[in-house]
Amino acid sequence: MSSAMPLPRWVDVLLLPVLNVTLAFIIGGIVVLIVGENPIEAVRIMLYGAFGYGYGFGFTLYYTTNFIFAGLAVAVAFHAGLFNIGGEGQAYVGGLGAILVALAVGGLHWALAMPLIMISAALFAGFWAFIPGYLQAKRGSHVVITTIMMNFIATSMMSYIISRILKPANVNSDESARIDEVTRVPFLSEWIPLLRNTPVNISFVLALLALVGVYLLIWHTKFGYALRTMGHNGTAARYAGMSNAKLIMLAMAISGALAGMVAINDTAGAHGRLILGYVAGTGFVGIAVAFMGKAHPIGVGLSALLFGVLYQGGQELAFTMPAITREMIVTIQALVILFTGAMSNMLRRPVELAFLTARTRQKEPVPTERKEA
Amino acid sequence: MEDIISILITTIRVSTPLILACLAGLYSERAGIVDIGLEGKLLGSAFGAAVVASVTGNVWLGLLAGIGVSMMFSAVHGLASINFRGNQIISGVALNFLASGLTVFLGAAWFGRGGNTPPLTGDARFYGIRLPFAQEVSGVPIIGPIYSGLLSGHTILTYLAFLAVPLTAWVLWRTRFGLRLRAVGENPKALDTAGMSVSWLRYKALMITAVLVGMGGAYLSTAQAASFSREMSSGRGYIALAALIFAKWKPYPALGACLLFGFLEAMQYRLQGVDLPLIGRVPTQAMQALPYVLTILLLAGFVGRAIAPKAAGQPYVKER
Repeated sequence: MSSAMPLPRWVDVLLLPVLNVTLAFIIGGIVVLIVGENPIEAVRIMLYGAFGYGYGFGFTLYYTTNFIFAGLAVAVAFHAGLFNIGGEGQAYVGGLGAILVALAVGGLHWALAMPLIMISAALFAGFWAFIPGYLQAKRGSHVVITTIMMNFIATSMMSYIISRILKPANVNSDESARIDEVTRVPFLSEWIPLLRNTPVNISFVLALLALVGVYLLIWHTKFGYALRTMGHNGTAARYAGMSNAKLIMLAMAISGALAGMVAINDTAGAHGRLILGYVAGTGFVGIAVAFMGKAHPIGVGLSALLFGVLYQGGQELAFTMPAITREMIVTIQALVILFTGAMSNMLRRPVELAFLTARTRQKEPVPTERKEA
Repeated sequence: MEDIISILITTIRVSTPLILACLAGLYSERAGIVDIGLEGKLLGSAFGAAVVASVTGNVWLGLLAGIGVSMMFSAVHGLASINFRGNQIISGVALNFLASGLTVFLGAAWFGRGGNTPPLTGDARFYGIRLPFAQEVSGVPIIGPIYSGLLSGHTILTYLAFLAVPLTAWVLWRTRFGLRLRAVGENPKALDTAGMSVSWLRYKALMITAVLVGMGGAYLSTAQAASFSREMSSGRGYIALAALIFAKWKPYPALGACLLFGFLEAMQYRLQGVDLPLIGRVPTQAMQALPYVLTILLLAGFVGRAIAPKAAGQPYVKER
């Protein structure tokens, strides 16, 4: 209806997302009040936990790395008009790809092993996303439903593979053998002493490169152009001679491959082994990150950092305020998805109205002058 | 015989929340609102029911609270997808996270049991109902075990779930309201042209959804188990969604699909650590994944074709 009146770009890109996120945090604050804690004090503790000292900061960057990969995965599919909820399962299966190669090349220097591990993780995770992509493109089954189903199938399959096949006889918990220390993706603390004892590793640099890479891919290649065209208007893309089926499958495979990079940060880096259920919700955080960041790499990077702060600061908070558990973060994540994703029109209309009245007020003197003339 | 009966009893028990959630989804999707949030509604209402039942000691108040929680979730979903014309899938996903975060967060803050509620006893939970003459006929061969063992002894919610199936079929295909509800999911414009409110009809469908899924959630925490435990819905909302697709959005096939998926779950408990002739030991993980694999195969059109209501997932925009 009122889409005829476009908003200034800065409102769309900056003001509305910020307003929506603020709303999510206000409601989160009310929930904190309900359990009888001070939300402002909670934010202070969180910020200190996330930035106040090297150890906390290292963890913040480690979480941010995961969320960048997961967020980019959702964002790439989103540009193609696809909603990939399967990042969780894709990252999990990517872990299998990572561990198989990492164990096979055990003893190889990490600088040589890392590209191999990355390719393998990308192939495994990409394949797991390619299946829903293929089903959407060729058989018309909705990618949302199939990615949800693939998440559950991944959970069952990986639980079998880890506990029955990969688990060494001398290990009690459900996890694979350890990756050789030489092969393992190195921690940043090797170069930056401030980050001592934190899991942030070279993957953080990889994540920053991925942000740039996705930007170039989506906005500066022919493929990216075709992808965005299809995302905006599938029929138009088809008339322009693009193969929607091929684009859908490729977009999903790339999306999955990006989700698979979580395995480089965790399996090949921070954990040094494949652990049962290691993804632990990272793939789902990616959904919130992508929506909040409006599927743009800069936005994804910033919102990944925000969630990194929430996750690390949330741990600190759980120590200091026992009434506030880690699940508060999941609640905030839900509110962010709700307001920036599903209810984005709620604030949009009042803002549009405000701009409309502001503009007409500016224009009001004009017609009266004309009458006089 | 006893083995079969006991597997079937478990099947009925684990199918009950699936049937309720699946029928709930049937109403909203038939009205054109996709409901990925069934999982969150199940979890939220399980929590609401257990909290109120444990505080008041009255399971009926608990049931009401469970329905109340799913009503609130439905209201948010309706606001997002009907009024603000947002993406229904995103809204559903958000509600699922909201439920999984809030239940544990509030539960831990209120009861301090790591997100679980205290065990429910006495009037604070549902018990099995013995059908009339169950005692008397229990000795009769064949009829005895089926009537007294299989059919008798379930909670009121189970009987209501099974009754809801023919009721749904009747409402949707034999009443004016049902016709309109199905029409609003296929061609909302036609209803709008006829002077009916698309929004109000969709809200009504969402309310029915909330009642049914609320009962399903209450069943989890006050009938099947005797307390709320974190993430207790454990994917049942998604299984119900899968069953709905499997049943091609029809009530009796929905019952069949839920019973099938329930049976798979029952077999999974049964077959744990049992060696089968020829096949050997079936990994439980394979049984767990089976409903999802079946649904994907169905969606891909390898086993029949599932066609969703035409207007499902699309916000209705009235032309000006």
